[in-house]
Amino acid sequence: MAQQNITIKVNGTDQAAEIEQRLLLVHFIRENLALTGTHIGCDTTHCGACTLILDGKAVKSCTVFAVQADGKEVLTIEGMTTNGELHPLQEGFMEEHGLQCGFCTPGMIMSSYALLQENKNPTEAEIRWGISGNLCRCTGYVNIVKAVQYAAQKA
Amino acid sequence: MIPGSFDYHSPSTVEEAVALLTSLGEDAKVLSGGQSLIPMMKLRLAEPAQLIDINGIAGLEYIREADGYLTIGALTREADLDKSELIQQKYPILHDTAHVIADPLVRNRATIGGNLAHGDPANDHPATMLAVRAEVVATGPNGARNIAIDDFFLGPLTTALAPNEILTEVRIPVPAQGSGGAYVKLERKVGDFAIAGVAAVVTLDGNGNCSAASIGLTNVGPTPIRAGAAEEALTGNALSTDAIAEAGRLAGEASQPTSDHRGSAEYKRAMVQELTIRALTKAKVRAEGGQ
Repeated sequence: MAQQNITIKVNGTDQAAEIEQRLLLVHFIRENLALTGTHIGCDTTHCGACTLILDGKAVKSCTVFAVQADGKEVLTIEGMTTNGELHPLQEGFMEEHGLQCGFCTPGMIMSSYALLQENKNPTEAEIRWGISGNLCRCTGYVNIVKAVQYAAQKA
Repeated sequence: MIPGSFDYHSPSTVEEAVALLTSLGEDAKVLSGGQSLIPMMKLRLAEPAQLIDINGIAGLEYIREADGYLTIGALTREADLDKSELIQQKYPILHDTAHVIADPLVRNRATIGGNLAHGDPANDHPATMLAVRAEVVATGPNGARNIAIDDFFLGPLTTALAPNEILTEVRIPVPAQGSGGAYVKLERKVGDFAIAGVAAVVTLDGNGNCSAASIGLTNVGPTPIRAGAAEEALTGNALSTDAIAEAGRLAGEASQPTSDHRGSAEYKRAMVQELTIRALTKAKVRAEGGQ
């Protein structure tokens, strides 16, 4: 088993570990760091439940090896709250009923976060395009779009 | 799903990567954006014992014009192509293509070099590269060589790259005056492979006649397909509605679709015909200076 030492800055804290080189980033986040807010859905690069921010870009962490994130920065859903204050996106998903079962929600929030970093005032079409890599099987997206609009207005 | 075990290599130069490919031989596989390879490894459809990650090689992410060519570094992400002003303004066919590849999250990782080197006829760039008559640069132990795109795709997941060569650059001739191109993709949902896709480029002369045409087809055969008969029928003639419809018919005939969960062969051939008409119509509008 090929092993490697890596250090990834996750939600602002350096996390060092010796890992198998075939370990996927999502497994490192969930199993090594016990940050289980990042979900595994389809596990085949379709659903976006595993979305996190890698060096400023939203990516599907089931389709990146942890060794590829060595020396880089990761932001997960757990890093969205500061001093107990919800991020406007988290608040928006609550206020606008942007979730039912909640399984897709962390991925939706991370994709929306990346979208709002690039485009502070997206149109509805731009929001829908921005989250087109994330699948929700409950809500039909209408309230998810409203949640992102809520956050955009608040920011 | 957990991929098979492998040794991971992260070279920092092309030379180092080529040396690794040469010394490690058949067990080695190049990892670019990984958005096709990693899923294949998780499904154990690919089990390379040696993985050579080229993402750490500096200087392979660029989009620039020089000496009559648009040159694109192999590690350029689809998201960067999609958002490039140069591409949007001067190479809208490339923007059309990058914009509909997978989804925004995948496009943040996926690279143009990987999209081509993977050799998957279902990928979107190959047909567009046929339409723009691109060439790719393959770098191996003896340096770089250019491969014309028509000589590049040999079969499903098989290209003209030697086992110890890396695709390092894509070269697209700057379009002639009066040219326009478009890529049109039919997909069941965002992120899916095409049911069929058509890339078309036309060049109009001073009288509005078609002086050159090229058409590439996505996911309707073992390789991306050039619709040669349709191109010939258009060349030298006015781009009338009838001429475009006839080119659509010929492109449908050139396609070699098989029936699967995306539709019957008959349906796909009909879609190639219609998409060719749409792509040519859009390309013509752009050649005339429209959007």
